[in-house]
Amino acid sequence: MNVRSPDMNRRWNRKDLLGLRELSADEINFILETADAFKQVGTREIKKVPALRGKTLVNFFVEPSTRTRTSFELAASRLSADVINISASTSSLTKGETLKDTAKVLEANHADIIVLRHSSAGAPQFLAQRLKSSVINAGDGAHEHPTQGLLDLYTIREKREKIDNLNVVIVGDILFSRVARSNIFGLLKLGARVTLVGPSTLAPREFEKLGVSISHKIDNVLPDADVVNLLRIQHERQRKEYFPSIGEYTQLFGLTKERAKLLKPDCLIMHPGPINRGVEIDSEVADGLQSVILDQVTNGLAVRMAVLYLCGGIATP
Amino acid sequence: MSATIIRNGRVIDPANKRDEIVDLAIVDGRIAQRSEISGQKSEVEEIDAKGLIVAPGLIDMHVHLREPGSSHKETIASGARAAAAGGFTTIVCMPNTSPPADNPSTIAWIKDRAAETGCVNVLPSGAISKDLAGEELAPIGSLEEAGVVAITDDGHCVQNHELMRRAVEYARMFGLPVLDHCQDYNLVGNGVVHEGYWSTLLGLAGWPAAGEEAIVLRNILLAELCDHRIHCQHISAAGSVRLLREARTRGVKISGEVCPHHIALTDEAIQNFDTNFKINPPLRSQRDVDALLEGIADGTLSILASDHAPHADFEKEVEFDVAPFGVVGLETELGIFIDLLVHKHGKIDIGRLIEMHTIEPARLLRIEAGTLSSGAVADVTLIDPNLEWAVKTDTFQSASRNSPFDGWKLRGRAVQTIVSGKTVWKL
Repeated sequence: MNVRSPDMNRRWNRKDLLGLRELSADEINFILETADAFKQVGTREIKKVPALRGKTLVNFFVEPSTRTRTSFELAASRLSADVINISASTSSLTKGETLKDTAKVLEANHADIIVLRHSSAGAPQFLAQRLKSSVINAGDGAHEHPTQGLLDLYTIREKREKIDNLNVVIVGDILFSRVARSNIFGLLKLGARVTLVGPSTLAPREFEKLGVSISHKIDNVLPDADVVNLLRIQHERQRKEYFPSIGEYTQLFGLTKERAKLLKPDCLIMHPGPINRGVEIDSEVADGLQSVILDQVTNGLAVRMAVLYLCGGIATP
Repeated sequence: MSATIIRNGRVIDPANKRDEIVDLAIVDGRIAQRSEISGQKSEVEEIDAKGLIVAPGLIDMHVHLREPGSSHKETIASGARAAAAGGFTTIVCMPNTSPPADNPSTIAWIKDRAAETGCVNVLPSGAISKDLAGEELAPIGSLEEAGVVAITDDGHCVQNHELMRRAVEYARMFGLPVLDHCQDYNLVGNGVVHEGYWSTLLGLAGWPAAGEEAIVLRNILLAELCDHRIHCQHISAAGSVRLLREARTRGVKISGEVCPHHIALTDEAIQNFDTNFKINPPLRSQRDVDALLEGIADGTLSILASDHAPHADFEKEVEFDVAPFGVVGLETELGIFIDLLVHKHGKIDIGRLIEMHTIEPARLLRIEAGTLSSGAVADVTLIDPNLEWAVKTDTFQSASRNSPFDGWKLRGRAVQTIVSGKTVWKL
């Protein structure tokens, strides 16, 4: 698997994965197909392959994250790369060093792949334009979270055997969600119909220009849904102007046990985590038969292995 | 005695409704009659202006010179050189320096520094509020005595309407115009780009047009209430133009200014997160650009200015959210305006463009400048309206390079700048 086939050279030529918006449907499908092979590796007794042996991956997380960082770290280890974790508190950023200077230091230390999580939209683009290393976006502000988008696509494709023509409903804080944006871009490219659901402050009309529908009545859209993707809702910090209370949110938009009865039996229930049980989703629904939340986590590993493998093979530091 | 004659140029002097091909004489730093030259015994400097426009020295009433406090971005000397290279003989510098120009000694320092190092006329503006904090009035009377031509908290906006009302009412007794950066902090929040399609797509915090329009409306109401001039700086939104148009039709003492970037670019330019397109107020939609162009065409927007805002490379080369707002503008401003307003869109003729850059700001600020009347100080700009040139930031006189127009090909520019009869810059 560590030899690049002619097919691979034809279908993937990017050193970076910055977002799903700039990818073609074929590029997205190629990542998903590559992930199939890595998913199979995960079922073997020896889960490690030598694809990135001798390469160094830096998990550079300027914004805190546990599950995404762990997933990238595991993915890189299974590809035999050397992994270094740097967080905002351990980097020189806290000493006033700029992002550019910190990244240049990483590159000077021969980092082949930099996985960046950052609170500012566009930070991965900023690095990618300035470094020869591969830059993988692990979430930038409210912009994109492409590997989350890819693992959601992978999970839908795996469970429903296609994405084209499916009705996908994304519920929650759309405005501030990078997961929502990467899902919207990816799903539309692969032919799904996307409906956003949430309070009009968090699912504003401007999103219609991206090619999606918007609804503020969840009960109206659940019966036709093939996939319901619930986003984590936050109220504690800066969302106080956007909706009155968690209670009212749950009342209007929570996927309760009663509402779940409106769903078709084969509708998938997804959530990028971490879940607020009893807020955006009832506990029983999160653990129910239609929930694929843990499959998403497992698939995240395969998808991230595919992304690191494809981009890491292009990088020439 | 020194004498200069500018021969065969097209003299455009909107204040005197002049537009003719004629020689212009300068004697001892002032505009003179042609006959005063004939009697000259000493050598007369001759400037051939055939094919060129001879205009009153241009005025830019919205410039950040960064001195005192941030001389790594710009100094009064480098900013004045940039002005000269852009065709400007008079610039008004904003008070958001460090320390801010909210006290007479800082104004005195700026004036001394400008007299020592500035090759063009540098006129300081003073703050509206102490420390530009919007909480209590700056010593407006002392600032006026120290020689400010206007007051403004530019870069900031007084949010308290009562404080703003009293500032306008107080400035009225000195006849001091009040300039305002129109931004409602509650509506704008941490917005960094125009709220619209691109902010939605890129997940960048939106700066809604209503955040400007609300303060423009506030200013219209206060200008009426106090019967005194308020000038709205760097107007960017269609709704602001509509509000200003209605108020000016009723004779309210309100005016608006336009910057080159707001008519040359839209928010589409931010799609690669290039911080040289991060500006406050932000680049807006095509609909807003069209409204600004109409506002210029019908006189609603009467002032052209750059909002020249230099920043060092290392300050701009950071994450989009973190980067400071602003772009340099002095050296591209005239080219952008001639190219777009006169040549490409045909919204105004070159005479009106010169008027908006000379006598309009001079009248607003009540300064003696902006004309070629006999006896006036000989501030003159020679313009080639058809010269084709390319913007190269690495040749800028400004100490900073943060221009959104690097590489742009423009038609029309200043070719010679004369301050008090002395050539301070020549292409």
